[in-house]
Amino acid sequence: MARFTLQVNGESHTVNVDPDTPLLWVLRDTIGLTGTKFCCGAGLCRTCTVHMDGDPVPSCSIPVSSAEGSEITTIEGLSGNGEHPVQQAWIAEQVPQCGYCQVGQIMGAAALLARNPRPSDADIDEAMSPHLCRCGTYQRIRRAIHRAAEEV
Amino acid sequence: MVTITKVSRRDFLKITGVAGTGLVLGFYLPLKPDGYAAAQPLTNAWLRIGPDGAVTFWVHRPDMGQGARTALPMILADELDIEWPKFERVFLPAVDPQVYGSQTAGGSTSIRTSWVPLRTAGATARSMLTAAAAEAWGVEAASCRASLGTVIHEASGRSLSYGELAEKAATLPVPNYPAFKDPEDFHIIGKPTPRLDHPARVQGSLTFGMDVKLPGMLYACVARCPVFGGTVTGYDEAAARAVEGVRGVVEVPTGVAVLAESTWAAMKGRRALNCKFDYGEAADLSSAKIAELFDEKQGEEGYATRDDGDVEAALAGADRVLNAVYDVPYLAHAPLEPMNCTAHARDERCEIWAPTQAPQWAHGVVAATFGYAPENVALNIDFSGGGFGRRLMPDFVVEAVYVSKAAGAPVKVVWTREDDMHHDFYRPASRHILSAGLDGSGNLVAWKHRVVAHSIAATLHGGDLRQAAGEATSGATELPYAIPNCRVDYCMANTAVPVSYFRSVYNTQTPFANECFIDELAAAAEMDPVAFRMRMLDDEPRHRGVLELAAEKAGWGQSLPSGHHQGVALHRSFGTWAAEVAEVSVRDDGSVRVHRVVCAVDCGIVVNPDDLAAQAEGAIVIGLTAALKGEITIDEGRVVQSNFHDYPLLRISEMPEIEVHYIKNSENPSGIGEPPLPPIGPAVANAVFRATGVRVRRLPIRPEDLRST
Repeated sequence: MARFTLQVNGESHTVNVDPDTPLLWVLRDTIGLTGTKFCCGAGLCRTCTVHMDGDPVPSCSIPVSSAEGSEITTIEGLSGNGEHPVQQAWIAEQVPQCGYCQVGQIMGAAALLARNPRPSDADIDEAMSPHLCRCGTYQRIRRAIHRAAEEV
Repeated sequence: MVTITKVSRRDFLKITGVAGTGLVLGFYLPLKPDGYAAAQPLTNAWLRIGPDGAVTFWVHRPDMGQGARTALPMILADELDIEWPKFERVFLPAVDPQVYGSQTAGGSTSIRTSWVPLRTAGATARSMLTAAAAEAWGVEAASCRASLGTVIHEASGRSLSYGELAEKAATLPVPNYPAFKDPEDFHIIGKPTPRLDHPARVQGSLTFGMDVKLPGMLYACVARCPVFGGTVTGYDEAAARAVEGVRGVVEVPTGVAVLAESTWAAMKGRRALNCKFDYGEAADLSSAKIAELFDEKQGEEGYATRDDGDVEAALAGADRVLNAVYDVPYLAHAPLEPMNCTAHARDERCEIWAPTQAPQWAHGVVAATFGYAPENVALNIDFSGGGFGRRLMPDFVVEAVYVSKAAGAPVKVVWTREDDMHHDFYRPASRHILSAGLDGSGNLVAWKHRVVAHSIAATLHGGDLRQAAGEATSGATELPYAIPNCRVDYCMANTAVPVSYFRSVYNTQTPFANECFIDELAAAAEMDPVAFRMRMLDDEPRHRGVLELAAEKAGWGQSLPSGHHQGVALHRSFGTWAAEVAEVSVRDDGSVRVHRVVCAVDCGIVVNPDDLAAQAEGAIVIGLTAALKGEITIDEGRVVQSNFHDYPLLRISEMPEIEVHYIKNSENPSGIGEPPLPPIGPAVANAVFRATGVRVRRLPIRPEDLRST
């Protein structure tokens, strides 16, 4: 075990965990932020996406030891009450079905719009292709990103 | 709280015509308030109206993303006639099927089997509230009408709210046949309605099974033998215990569980076990051996599920005979939330939190396996991160109870993606051997379809050959085309690979064979594939309806972008008619791109049109993933694939534009979760033929089969 101090959603958390623990499990089991979901455990589906210094990363594949010193944002910190334009667009387009991947999709889309406020379909393909959805919501995800872009 | 005293349980049965379902206006039956059931008051009610006007609905079906927890209240609220969404929902735990009927989210049943009971409950309450108002005013009930939570007497301009009427209404006789609303008057049903749980979904605050956390809970991962039917024979307990955070190691029937203070410690501890296995009898099973088994079985006597006319004579007398064999592989469900279950098993009672599609099945199996009295098993139904059939199985629930019992503590058992992929109950592999005869005018005069498939009914439930045949030929036996000589039969070919229900079940395989072969026959008859089908559907107006609608909306037969080609397929399943037109191009390297899918369905009254579209989009994507990518292969008795690098899913960059259209009518609703899936595979395969001249006869569609260079 070792102590790490993480900056999560603007708050400082000191945790005492195994250094190779993926950030995902520190967020979920140690800090109690269960909005970030576990799916593939291997960086293959991006369900567990969080922002590290604004960049979307798969938290299942980031050891806690490499997360120290970075500003981490999870879905709980994206907005106070779901008012982020991406979350609003997700509701307007009724994107989710089961919703399990959608937190990661939203974090991916928010990061995309932060660096590219008017993404083309090709930009969306490039940024969002790593994010898997088994329910088949991709068409609505694309529409919601365009909608959010208009409102950002 | 208001209690009905005049109504006996027998009356409820009479009212609804559905065993044990019934409206109880304000009827409330608290159960054993010992801390277990208190948080989930078990009440045999669909709805309650309090004297303050507060409306509560009990929602009896799980939600795995299909939207039942919005659509079912829509039906109740409309028939009760209240504003949307002015009510509270209580999600029922698993209860006795005698009380609420089936609680299973499967077989596209949530709406179609709840439609009448929920309307009955709503209409009964509305009728009693109206009668209460009429009595209060001393007027005829027929002169009063209910609207949006109020009963109105137009003639005198008086009105009373449901809350004001609830207490009196509860003392009145329950009507035997309350009048349902005229569908013309629906104010909620048929309107695109946002899902009630989506705000929580987009904020990450919806509690999935994986998110359950109890005081004192341990996390567990189970090491299981990777070979089907094999067992763990040895493990290094000391090494697992040496991992920081590991609290114990226990044996359970499925393997060895590592208990830990965190999920990560449980995963790490499990790796340290370094298990030894007895691989058992299936150790040499492989996909090649399964193909050999199919070769052998397809020559045996088939069990006929349909035998019209004289197929052999008709084939012998046909002008032309076509033959084709289609192969379909095993598939994994791969819902994105891996299996998990939280259980707190004690000696006499057990509480469970499970993301399950079939809570009553899991509940019953737990009670029977561990000898609990059924009322001492409390199963809370969590939201599921997808299901697609995987979560019908009770295995992951039973395993968690074993682990909790052995641990003597509440435990959440977490499966990894690899566990999920290696220990699924797979969509069965199947082979389809077809022969058909055309006469000199291009009429289809004979059709023979032999299904060789791994049986779910036989291997999961001990079903006999008749049951196995009926299930495995579903979608084949019901071929809708008017063909005078038609035989469908089945040869059972079971292996050690566990199988169960995948979204659309055998309707994922049989229409691939049916609709690809029909397309081959249309080409042989030199007819347009839509016209060829239409002329054999004179007595099938709803088949004709969706086929015409899909063809029209897709611009069938009109010009397409260069290199684009269309294919069509039609199939009825789960009570719903569906036709799809896929627009496809194929590159020189054989890779297939699906640009557009037009889907037309007829599922009767549509409760939530937006959810219908979402379900159709989802069914098409999962079917497209199966057609283009999906394959589970077996080697050395185990599943070769392990995660999304070798069991890929469709990505956003590969997503076609999907349009969903539906026939508007006033038939009772049928299913929508599954029926749009079956046509997509054959529609794409038929479009691929138009693009390449190559017939797709095995799934998934392989670029190497289509390469032109």
